[in-house]
Amino acid sequence: MTHPTGSQINRDLLHPLFNTSWRFYLLVAIFGGIVLFGLATWFTQTVNGYGVTGIRWPVYWGFYVTSFVFWIGISHAGTLISAILRLVNAGWRRPVTRCAEVITAFALIIGALFPIIHLGRPWLAFWMFPYPSERLIWPNFRSPLVWDFFAINTYLTGSLLFLYLPIIPDFAIVRDKSTGLRRKIYGALALGWRGTPKQWHRLETAMQIMAIAIIPVAVSVHTIVSFDFSMAPVPTWNTTIFGPYFVAGAIFSGIAGLLIAMAVLRKFLHLEAYLHPLHFENLGKLMLVMALLWGYFVFNERLVTYYGNEPAEMSVYWRTQSGTFAPLFWTMVICNFVLPLILMGIRRFRTITGCVIASIGVVIGMWLERFLIIVPALGHKYLPYSYGIYRPTPPEIIVASSTFAAMALLYVLFAKVVPIISIWELKAGEHPSPELLPPATEEHRLGDLHL
Amino acid sequence: MARWGMAADLDRCNGCGGCVVACHAENNISTVGPEQASRGRAKHWIRVERYWEGDFPDVKLKFRPTMCQQCGNAPCEPVCPTYASHHTEDGLNAQVYNRCIGTRYCANACPYNARFFDFFNPSWEKPLQLQLNPDVSLREVGVMEKCTFCVQRIRGTQTTAKTEGREIRDGEIQPACVQACSTRALVFGDLEDRESEVSRLSRSPRGSKLLEDVGTRPAVTYLARLTEEA
Repeated sequence: MTHPTGSQINRDLLHPLFNTSWRFYLLVAIFGGIVLFGLATWFTQTVNGYGVTGIRWPVYWGFYVTSFVFWIGISHAGTLISAILRLVNAGWRRPVTRCAEVITAFALIIGALFPIIHLGRPWLAFWMFPYPSERLIWPNFRSPLVWDFFAINTYLTGSLLFLYLPIIPDFAIVRDKSTGLRRKIYGALALGWRGTPKQWHRLETAMQIMAIAIIPVAVSVHTIVSFDFSMAPVPTWNTTIFGPYFVAGAIFSGIAGLLIAMAVLRKFLHLEAYLHPLHFENLGKLMLVMALLWGYFVFNERLVTYYGNEPAEMSVYWRTQSGTFAPLFWTMVICNFVLPLILMGIRRFRTITGCVIASIGVVIGMWLERFLIIVPALGHKYLPYSYGIYRPTPPEIIVASSTFAAMALLYVLFAKVVPIISIWELKAGEHPSPELLPPATEEHRLGDLHL
Repeated sequence: MARWGMAADLDRCNGCGGCVVACHAENNISTVGPEQASRGRAKHWIRVERYWEGDFPDVKLKFRPTMCQQCGNAPCEPVCPTYASHHTEDGLNAQVYNRCIGTRYCANACPYNARFFDFFNPSWEKPLQLQLNPDVSLREVGVMEKCTFCVQRIRGTQTTAKTEGREIRDGEIQPACVQACSTRALVFGDLEDRESEVSRLSRSPRGSKLLEDVGTRPAVTYLARLTEEA
């Protein structure tokens, strides 16, 4: 197999930016149409009242909050993984980092929409902002929802910076290769990048700082999302394990999302020379580790609840274990644990196809996990008289599923205007493709082992 | 400063539901119709919970009028991002409708499921809109609402007593449910006043709080039903 060199890299990776095929328009039309349909549905919901959803007394959170946690979880793939891979200087990271970081940015934006979609009065969402208002009241800083607001905004700002910094030299490459208006726009985005040693030094320093700073932020974000649940005295919610459990689940689903995105990009943008089976295999191993960790957390959570034998908790416990929600629970276990364990644990299955199948399973399983945390507990709180069953209605299903189209749309548009694989990092890598790694130098070995 | 509380004598409650009707009338709680009610959209600030015990034909039915327990340590309050749910100086869990943005977090945190969401704008079949209580604001779509211990009556009586330059008499304030209770199962008053009827009943050996172990310190005391075998 030959490996692309300087000009070949430019040609391959800049091709989608300068050439538009009918497929691009078709994809944008399809995904855009679905997104518009979702927005229209949300608009109808806002106009007609929240009653069009399946939310009811006492299950006041359903599909929207599930989707919120799910998307914030997906966002943990990108920046976090990319930051860790950069810090351990894993050589194979170079073609992967950008498509990972983009997932973070878009998944966060989509995830952050859900708290607004789910509000009873979404037009007042700005009351979460601490701004000097004529009402003379601040947001309630004791509320986990306000912590969410700050955590997500911090993470979004950090992730956007972390995404933007390594694009600057690539923007400059596009600027130098284009003319007219395009040159002006990319020139502005490149922030006057000339590639001087001083600029390179500053870029490296800034990225190093961001990579270190973003890791604790990422961990804190999903911990705080888990606080939305664990801070309330609801049976099976009020538990100390939720913080790490949610963070592990987030990274787990994030890797799955990243693997799916990489496989799609590889196929449609013809990046076979850049995204090698080895990348999928390495990320697959990471997903295997997270599957084991996830299984460990679920086992802990279930077993401790069972032995604690608190009546209200046990009623929720049996409801998920063998009652109404049992089919969903066991589907989740198969998708999140059995499937990745088989496909990622056996070397023969750890192929690109295997990774994609396992990832789709994990995405479904992790969505179910959030649903199973939220809905059964709210329907079975303490007083048997007020038990209730939640069933989603079409508007909720449409809005929640249209966000998958929104993710695809944003991704398609982004890949159209920004090289989806970092050009300069590929070139800067001494060994742009993993097969060319010198046999087991200590640094690369460590990088591979630690992923 | 008073600490408002209620005592519910389960030995007296016959489950007639008069309190529920009175509450709806007093507090302008809109009804939603049978179809929406079956979908869990009914709003009953007070409800009579029915619990059956035993197998047919030896069935026993127990009633428990359940409303917001006006907790001293209320789980609904810290979780509200906009202070719509907050604690007043006299220990009430106030709900400021205009501040509510409808996260519904308070309702999830409430162990008693005493909070209700307005899924639609309120409406009444004509001519029922003419019976609305001018002392109670209507709630628009998208906010949470719940039992207030008829705060409009508390504040009204406080104002009257102040203008007349006297203390509030025990039993002078009656929330709608208490007023309507034909068996006098519900008693309302000031828990700080050790002589008040509600205070006396709250200290009764028959008394207990609902879900006491959740640690909410409710202001409502339930007096256990005395049965022959008990």
